Amino acid sequence: MSHIETALLDIRGLDALSVRDSPLRRIDPRAKTLTALAFIVAVVSFGKYEIAGLIPLVVYPIALMAVDGLPPRIVLSKVLLALPFVALIGAFNPVFDRAAMVRIGPLDISGGWISFASILLKSLLTLSAAVILIATTGFSAVCVALDRLRVPRVFVVQLLLLYRYLFVLAEEAARMLRAWSLRSAGRRRLPLGAFGPFAGQLLLRSMDRADRIHAAMLSRGFDGRMRTDRVLRFRAVDAVFVLAWVALFVAARLYNAPRALGEAVMRSLP
Amino acid sequence: MSHHLVEAVDLHYAYPDGTAALRGVSFCITHGESVGLIGENGSGKSTLLLHLNGCLLPSKGQARIGGRPVTKETLRDVRRAVGMIFQDPDDQLFMPTAFEEVAFGPRNLGTPPDEIDALATRALATVGAAHLRDRPPYRLSGGEKRAVAIASVLSMAPDILVMDEPTSNLDPRTRRQIIELLKTFPHTKIIATHDLDLVMDLCRRVIVLHAGRVTADGPTEDIFRHPDLLAEAHLEPPLRMQACPVCAAVIPPPAPCQ
Amino acid sequence: MHMADALISPAVGATMWAASGAVTAYSARRINRQMDDRKIPLMGILGAFVFSAQMINFAIPLTGSSGHLGGGMLLAILLGPHAAFLTIASVLTIQALFFADGGLLALGCNVFNLGFFPCFVAYPLIYRPLAGRRPTPGRLLLGATVASVAGLQLGALAVVIETVSSGISELPFKTFALLMLPIHLAIGIVEGIVTAAVVGYVWKIRPEIVEAAGASRRVGPLPMARLLASLAVAAALTAGVLSWFASSSPDGLEWAMIRASGREELSGPGQGIHARLERLQQRTAFLPDYDFPKPAAEEFAADSEGAAPVVQVGTSVAGLVGAALTLALALAIGLALRAMRPRALAG
Repeated sequence: MSHIETALLDIRGLDALSVRDSPLRRIDPRAKTLTALAFIVAVVSFGKYEIAGLIPLVVYPIALMAVDGLPPRIVLSKVLLALPFVALIGAFNPVFDRAAMVRIGPLDISGGWISFASILLKSLLTLSAAVILIATTGFSAVCVALDRLRVPRVFVVQLLLLYRYLFVLAEEAARMLRAWSLRSAGRRRLPLGAFGPFAGQLLLRSMDRADRIHAAMLSRGFDGRMRTDRVLRFRAVDAVFVLAWVALFVAARLYNAPRALGEAVMRSLP
Repeated sequence: MSHHLVEAVDLHYAYPDGTAALRGVSFCITHGESVGLIGENGSGKSTLLLHLNGCLLPSKGQARIGGRPVTKETLRDVRRAVGMIFQDPDDQLFMPTAFEEVAFGPRNLGTPPDEIDALATRALATVGAAHLRDRPPYRLSGGEKRAVAIASVLSMAPDILVMDEPTSNLDPRTRRQIIELLKTFPHTKIIATHDLDLVMDLCRRVIVLHAGRVTADGPTEDIFRHPDLLAEAHLEPPLRMQACPVCAAVIPPPAPCQ
Repeated sequence: MHMADALISPAVGATMWAASGAVTAYSARRINRQMDDRKIPLMGILGAFVFSAQMINFAIPLTGSSGHLGGGMLLAILLGPHAAFLTIASVLTIQALFFADGGLLALGCNVFNLGFFPCFVAYPLIYRPLAGRRPTPGRLLLGATVASVAGLQLGALAVVIETVSSGISELPFKTFALLMLPIHLAIGIVEGIVTAAVVGYVWKIRPEIVEAAGASRRVGPLPMARLLASLAVAAALTAGVLSWFASSSPDGLEWAMIRASGREELSGPGQGIHARLERLQQRTAFLPDYDFPKPAAEEFAADSEGAAPVVQVGTSVAGLVGAALTLALALAIGLALRAMRPRALAG
């Protein structure tokens, strides 16, 4: 299966997940979106050498996945795919930061390795927050939330239209690529010279389709303004959702519970 | 009565690159008529349809809906009266869910929100797609997309339905369902199609288009019994008439491919 | 290259979100005022086109590696700067949400780096003057290539600045820049060639599309005030970077040397931009706290990238123990929540 088809399946799969029912579904999408953003900011605000203090925040993705019945392996597979790019940059940290920071017995661990590990952990947390948001809320619900949060309507409409036609165009591209591949001894990669006409063809077809869509919109009275009357009601439970999580994030930021816990345990040992 | 009238008065149209698409098309369709528009590819069918709701404006001549000419000023009213269903449902379903799609038209017309819900629900129920309400278009089958596309036009309560190839790419059962559905609609219907058997089922009148001109306009059975008329327009009689022993005696079989 | 959440500080993330948000709002207002209702489906479709086209790899001759279309310059040519910016932003948003490309906080950076520079700098200031409205194939190639290179170089420079000023990655400015800029120069050249090839093809088959795209906007009288403002911002950024270099360059170099040689102490207090950024971060970050016991030695406090003192064994082991316990607790909570879900909702 070509790269395109795999990617399409991914998107379809993630969005399909969001159609199932769970208590999390009834939470206002704005609340879920804002909480996810607050989570990411909280994670990122930890110091660069921080590892232990971040651990309590793991509760957020874990709890959401559990309540929603989201299989963690789906989230993990997405996040792990994206990790190498961050890891590449983060891997320079041990190179440039060699001063020993932690000494365990004869072993010296440099600050660079600690900050590298911290980067990986932070990535794991923030990237999973994004994936979980889509898997538990669904793309069009997130768009409605954005619209209600005063994101310019033109942009929200753009997101929705892009999402809608993504599948149509990607399938068309996949068909074209397959047809080309069959005539080119099974090669999967276009030579540079062939890309211009290939993409050009796809582009022309796309623009023709845009014209037809425009005609269809006009035929139903479109005048340039997209109207919507999706009503979102922010209820007490939504407010509680946001406030409770934010309180947890703040508490985790202010108070390094794992270290306190560890120290208590160490002290109680003989 | 007059608001159901669809008139073409000597329509002329040329594409941006100069090719003439319509060279003087005229006809008059009255309230409740069900008319099939047939012709080969490139005869100008789709172009003609686009003139009926002002998506294209003619270089000469005029289209008239309900006695009123289709111009830039009257577009809004024309589009309220004329519901157009396009060939590729993917072009027509651009909203996130079927419900939003069906609500798109009424919203543009300024219908109050509570009425919109009722209108949309009724339209979806009419086409048998009530259960598809919250489905995104990419999870609809071809027939379901067709149905939702029809519903999206019905919700605007048009008087006239214009359809471009409503049964293309459908499996036989779905095709039959769509035909039966269309039979129940009291609207004035103009259907451009290659599916001549559909025309026999649905349309009492046929307009034949060839090279941008009307070459025949009359009752369906008459026209389909004139193979020379059809052949001139590069068409054949409907498949079911070709197999009929009575008609086959009159109609020579088409020449085999070389 | 995409920025990643974990490499940005909240200050940098918030700043870039604000910048991207401002440009988005501005672009949206301009598009609304243009009242070209055809643009709306066109933007959606071209966004989907760029998304799909990015998944089609082509072979770069002489290197054997694969490339793909970025699409920023192509969109700017076909849609104009404002619509192109929104389209690029929408593509990046979907990638961030579905493919965890970079992350949601970094989205502000990515939208700015990959959207602002091609659409509002490279396109009007380089492509249009070079290529004009009806370019010959030669000028099209020249304009597309130089503009793509410029846009990508600025974007790459922005990535370096954002990363270094966040203080999470240890990559020094010079090293990172030396890594990013030459690579993006090569990428920019390929992007320009490919963009010119696609536009050239469309131009050949349906010239009216390219002509209409160019004619529908008057790029000449771009709102001068805004243009100057964006140029001023770019200049300020560059000046800031250079002055940072100038003021702390000896420290920067020295400190890099110290790192490499493994010595812990840092001579010289943190001064210049670095300390100022650190103080800014202190004030605007969620809560500044590096969570390591700060010894009386104050000279370490001011330097955000300074060597933290070697931690006592006891504290570090306690940290590990506590972390493991907390993790176990979190997993237990997860399992409990899962078990509590009614059977009917399973799967």
